[in-house]
Amino acid sequence: MIAPQHSKDPAPRGNGSSGGGACSSGCGCGSGASSTGSKEAPANLATLVEKAEELARDWRLDAVRAWKARTKGIAVGYLPVWAPRELLHAMGVLPVGVMGAGDDLEIIRGDAYYQSYICHLPRSVIELGLNGALDCLDGMLFPATCDVIRNLSGVWKLSFRGKLSFYLDVPQDFERELGGQFLRQTLLELAHELETRGARKLDMGALARSIRLFDENRALVRQLYTLRRDEPWRVLTSELYPVLRAGLVQPVEEHNELLAAYLDLVRSATERRPLDQARVVVSGSFCEQPPLSLLKTLERGGCSIVDDDFVQITRWITSDVDQPHNTGKDALDWLVNSFLSDSTDSPVRYCAKGRKGDDLVRRVRASRAEGVLLCAPSFCDPALLDQPMLQDALDAAKIPWTNFKYAENTGQFQVIREQAGTFADSIKLWSEA
Amino acid sequence: MSTTTLKPTPPAACKDRSQERQKEMIAAHFQRLARAPETGQKNVYTFVPGNLTELLLAFDALPVLPEINALQSAMRGKSREYIALAEKLGHSEDVCSYVKCDVGMLRSGNVGPTGERLPRPDLLLLSYTGCFTFMKWFEILRQEYGTPTVMLHVPYQGGGKPTIEMRDYVVAQLKKKVIPALEKATGKQYDEDRLKELLARSAKAEEDLTWVLSTAKHKPSPIDAYFGAVYYVGPIFSSFRGTQDAVDYYRMLREEVAERLEKGLGPVTPDGQATKERYRLVVEGPPNWTSFREFWQMFASEGAVVVNSTYTKVGGVYDDGFRHDPDHPLETLANYCLGCYTNLDLPTRVDKLVGYVQDYEADGLLINSVKSCDSFSAGQLAILRAVEERTGKPGGFIESDLVDPRFFSAANIKNRVESFLQMIEQKRGGGA
Ligand code: SF4
Ligand code: SF4
Repeated sequence: MIAPQHSKDPAPRGNGSSGGGACSSGCGCGSGASSTGSKEAPANLATLVEKAEELARDWRLDAVRAWKARTKGIAVGYLPVWAPRELLHAMGVLPVGVMGAGDDLEIIRGDAYYQSYICHLPRSVIELGLNGALDCLDGMLFPATCDVIRNLSGVWKLSFRGKLSFYLDVPQDFERELGGQFLRQTLLELAHELETRGARKLDMGALARSIRLFDENRALVRQLYTLRRDEPWRVLTSELYPVLRAGLVQPVEEHNELLAAYLDLVRSATERRPLDQARVVVSGSFCEQPPLSLLKTLERGGCSIVDDDFVQITRWITSDVDQPHNTGKDALDWLVNSFLSDSTDSPVRYCAKGRKGDDLVRRVRASRAEGVLLCAPSFCDPALLDQPMLQDALDAAKIPWTNFKYAENTGQFQVIREQAGTFADSIKLWSEA
Repeated sequence: MSTTTLKPTPPAACKDRSQERQKEMIAAHFQRLARAPETGQKNVYTFVPGNLTELLLAFDALPVLPEINALQSAMRGKSREYIALAEKLGHSEDVCSYVKCDVGMLRSGNVGPTGERLPRPDLLLLSYTGCFTFMKWFEILRQEYGTPTVMLHVPYQGGGKPTIEMRDYVVAQLKKKVIPALEKATGKQYDEDRLKELLARSAKAEEDLTWVLSTAKHKPSPIDAYFGAVYYVGPIFSSFRGTQDAVDYYRMLREEVAERLEKGLGPVTPDGQATKERYRLVVEGPPNWTSFREFWQMFASEGAVVVNSTYTKVGGVYDDGFRHDPDHPLETLANYCLGCYTNLDLPTRVDKLVGYVQDYEADGLLINSVKSCDSFSAGQLAILRAVEERTGKPGGFIESDLVDPRFFSAANIKNRVESFLQMIEQKRGGGA
């Protein structure tokens, strides 16, 4: 779970890689984005999951407010799907994932901002902005995910003047001298903006240490995904999902503790036994997040999710950033290089090589899944425009699939439950035949 | 009521020579495309915003613009069946109907607007400017055709203005990616002198187009800057920027509009010469193409003339002074791409709309929000509020779609247009 160290390390060794509570600058000031007030990890699985669910539902950002009160630090929100959390952390900024309010919040004013044919996410984010839930954030990052999030950056500027609203353009060219140069420049501009709003100056040593903390986070998440792939009855997606989402409002150090504790608890959960469920991959839920009850519905409908694209930021970069082959003049280059060459395949990332759908087929094979649930938010152009290509690839590989749409606030699951149940039954029948 | 009365018109004035000229240009272009398999002339599929027509022409490549094909399919009444076919193939009802119309057309034999078959692309130039769907669209086409594809990533003006770094990034991609891809696809060498000549012609045509659009400041306006102007921008937004044809067309158009201006004539509408200018409007958003004539008539019949629109800026914003600059060929192409309307951030779009309402003395802003297009539509309600606040003029909001006829409800739209015009009346009468 500890990221490997190697000789290019510009930071003092042994700092920041163990998930402890040190300030990311290594100055010992106790401030910044590092762990603060970390509590004992819950010893019991049910308690831990309960705590994770609470954090996952924390749309009022109580945890962030508490962190700010303790540290006097600044916090910046980011929308899906990718943001340079490492850079924020290194500058003492708490990165906060803003993924809407799910099914917990009634949309009153947000609907006046968005037409019915636009996905649900932006209206719920606006609602959160207008109802004061996001007041504790000192700024917002809008990554170049799609036109809706892109334009939301402008709506934010028009509606919440004076707060940082940063459009985080990311390259669709993946060469170091082209897209890499552009991304580096964009990240430096972001660092400058953060600095003018009270963040610490970007220091490459601090960035290297922050990268290691997030590498540790990624490594823990990978271990959980591997364990779920091998023993899905141990790692229920309806638990793993809130455990991942908790990290959107927690400092990485605390989230690492939560992940490690959950991993330990599920590994030793001897009472958990294999279930007779269909193994499925879920694809298409990378941005607007499905409600937890939808995932529970799928599980009750007979599906064990063995791979997915939920809370994509936790696995956008697929391996460690801090690796010997990741060269560059400083830690910012490592981050840029990882974005260019180690990002996951996604509908929002240009498929420069190979055929669309190859990656999904590979993931199905790697996870020994028996079928795919193409599960996209309504009106999500990136996910839905990909679907016909994914379906063709699955058909060609003789992998069963079904598709349905959801919104983050979907409350009725009868139809989805029946569809998933029928799909799971047919897979099992087919595999028994 | 502030009605500007127009002088009576001789019926012969209804058919513009420039319109005929444009038809001939388009027909000749599609014939060249249809004959390409025999002549060996190469073609490149690309998009309207951020199109690099001069660069393609410098390689003797013929541009093909799938958005134009889609809208032409809609105007010919074909889009319903094309979209139905795409949906049968698994495309969602929720997504951009241009893409589905194009997929349906492709699967139905790829017959273009003039009834002739379009050639397979020799290259897909993914000019990724102002719209994320473009990327998906060409990923789909690449999978359909198995054609080489080159990506040109044009950064969004998220900070409200283009930066030197953005421009350099685009220029570097042109040099390292796009030009080599064109050389490979066409078998020709990049010829910068040729590109410069083409760019010089672009600037001339742009000058005349800008003048034509600016005439709407007059009362009465001699043009309709939305319904009429979508025809005017056709050549420059598509395959003709940089050609002598385009220069001649815009010169002819300018002369015609100058004549109308001098005679105090209003625009020519589907019902003939406009006789009264009762309302001056600014419109934001693309038009509906499936019922284009009916849509226009809803305005024309009320004496509503559009004096400026944002849709006529999607293929290039020229009213802020930008012209292609032959002395800096690649930089100017980069600047052009960066400046297209849908590549501007929302506060800049608001500034532009406020300027249009004020400078063109419009009575209000009407937004036609199309279901297909997140790039245009997401955030339009916030834009509307901001423009209303800053100008004090009423705003109206209607919803339709580009090429999916299922989302054009004539009765509903007509009602909304009428209510909007009533609001303007009330405002004039000193009402709330
Ligand atoms: S759900 Fe899809 S369309 Fe909506 S913001 Fe996310 S990526 Fe964009
Ligand atoms: S989303 Fe809008 S800009 Fe993009 S292809 Fe569709 S209509 Fe064109």
